[in-house]
Amino acid sequence: MLGIAQDIASGFIPAFATKSVALGAPSLAHLSLLDLAVIAIYFVIVIWIGFHLKSMSNTSEEFFMAGREMTAWIAGLSFVSANLGSLELMGWAGSAYQYGILAAHWYWIGAIPAMLFLGMVMMPFYYVCKTHSVPGYLKLRYGQGSSTVAAVSFALMTVLMSGVNMFAMAEVMKIVLGWDLNFSIIVSSLAVAAYVALGGLRSAIFNEVLQFVLIWGGALLVPILGLIEAGGWNGFKARLAANIAKGVTANGDYTHMWRSMGHFADNPMGIHWTGIVFGLGFAISFGYWTTDFLVVQRVLAANSLRSARLAPVIGSFFKMAVPFIVILPGLLGLVVLQNADGSLMHLVGENVVAANPGAGLHSYNEVLPLMMVRYLGPGLLGLGITALIAGFMSGMAGNVSAFTAIFTYDIYQPHIVKNAPDEHYVLVGRIVTVLGVVISIGAAYAVMRAAGIMDYVQALFSFFISPLLGVVLLGMFWKRATKAGGFWGLLIGTLTSIGLWAWVKADPSALRYVAISPDAKDMAENMYRALWSVSTSVGVNVIVSLFTKPRPLSELAGVVYGATPLPKEEPVPFYKNEWFWTAIAIVIFLALNIYFW
Amino acid sequence: MHGSGISIWFFIGVLLIIYGALILGYGIFELVTGQTANVILANLHAPLWWGALLLALGLFYGVRFRPGRNG
Repeated sequence: MLGIAQDIASGFIPAFATKSVALGAPSLAHLSLLDLAVIAIYFVIVIWIGFHLKSMSNTSEEFFMAGREMTAWIAGLSFVSANLGSLELMGWAGSAYQYGILAAHWYWIGAIPAMLFLGMVMMPFYYVCKTHSVPGYLKLRYGQGSSTVAAVSFALMTVLMSGVNMFAMAEVMKIVLGWDLNFSIIVSSLAVAAYVALGGLRSAIFNEVLQFVLIWGGALLVPILGLIEAGGWNGFKARLAANIAKGVTANGDYTHMWRSMGHFADNPMGIHWTGIVFGLGFAISFGYWTTDFLVVQRVLAANSLRSARLAPVIGSFFKMAVPFIVILPGLLGLVVLQNADGSLMHLVGENVVAANPGAGLHSYNEVLPLMMVRYLGPGLLGLGITALIAGFMSGMAGNVSAFTAIFTYDIYQPHIVKNAPDEHYVLVGRIVTVLGVVISIGAAYAVMRAAGIMDYVQALFSFFISPLLGVVLLGMFWKRATKAGGFWGLLIGTLTSIGLWAWVKADPSALRYVAISPDAKDMAENMYRALWSVSTSVGVNVIVSLFTKPRPLSELAGVVYGATPLPKEEPVPFYKNEWFWTAIAIVIFLALNIYFW
Repeated sequence: MHGSGISIWFFIGVLLIIYGALILGYGIFELVTGQTANVILANLHAPLWWGALLLALGLFYGVRFRPGRNG
């Protein structure tokens, strides 16, 4: 982040941040009746889906795993959609405005290799062992101890994240539309509680697919019209270069992804290519996409192993396309957004906006809504806003449905009521869904009272993901890994992450040691911390395993590479083969990185 | 997701048909009355062609995945 101090010190704000279009207005956008109708229709459809699916969610397999009958397309779109929340859309559009196309790293190297690895390498093990969750896999591989640690931490973090999401949505609706915070929280939580409690995971997945279509339908027009206004990609680059030459836009390389990654000081993010490749591209990305149950749950609901393997591959193509509706609008905002007097609008950090109330400033995170308001008239604006609402709500639903499954399967069933009839667990699932929403509302109000909590919740989430990756990977691909190795690897890896985070929190100068450079900035810390914690997790697991007794090979069938006979898949034409599409995805991934090198 | 219930694609089709019709209707209103919204590039009549596109996609999915039709 450039940060408030640097913004002010550079003289950026007084020079460029003059009156904006929305000066004095209570909100960015004003909705017409047509827009409100578009939003209302979305809610009607969502509740309709919930009621329709209620009759198809009677058994635990149906309620928690969507009956394992999702096609590759539905599972794939839901998989990628679970990570396409509105916070991400608005946040990364803002980052693109601030840092340029570097933000696309989080969509390409920060996602594609991990998604393809999940589909081609890891999915057979998750799918063949018929686990219902990632902690469920840990139980099969390492025993109850590691599973319970992962389940409790995941359940807690998931429901808190849902609350953070809920608060963030309410705040965005307040800024963009002027809606009351309580109104947004109550309406969205009631809708989510209704459709997830009624239809379970199937309902959450259906809404994610719906959200996916809405996001493209509502947001795709923005970059199209933006490119027309800017004169195409070359026209955009020419206008940007002219603005930089005139000094009205901060100097920097906004259109290349790798050439400024040679040193921490060469790019505004303060990151080195090793952090991007190994920290983001491996430790964070593989941790999130291959072990975070929120996304893996969608693929586990696929109707066959082939569908389960194809789903992440299908998702990877759409993930590669997302920068078109997220990063590109942020970049275009650099040259097309104008103040009322026709001068170039300059967006600033949230802190600067907060420190200058009434100055008509807009933050980086508002670039996407600002672009929507610029191009979208009645109806289309409602569609864009509906896409944002749908993104928030399906994000909440994803968290709540994952929380419900983990709590019921990995905490309630093994520790509280072990051998109840199936319908008992479905009832518990429905009750826990409502309970999860209630806890989320509590978390949302807690965040409202103390905004700092949001940072802590997000940091807490990051503590568990990377060490879990180390434990799952070793468990899946090393027969020698033992129960004690898994438990201590997970625990020490997590403590390493917490320790490094606390060290930098207490003494910001410690970042130079964590990220191995005095020029490193905040974002680099996350990457290197993840890298250290996954390395520690693997290292501890290996050492402890070598000194403890491994399980016999016969007990590892279905969960470890080399001990698992993979089912033979029926031959299909090449265009239906997952390896063919994986190869195409790799080629496109490489081509994009080379083109924007 | 066919047979035992309504396909998600049908729900999507219905939603797109309604949205497409509303937005296309507004686009036609703009074209006929000449009262365009106060947005940039209003002369391109985006509601007209975007609404038509949504409607066409909605009709395709709505008909192709209508309840009772396996496919």
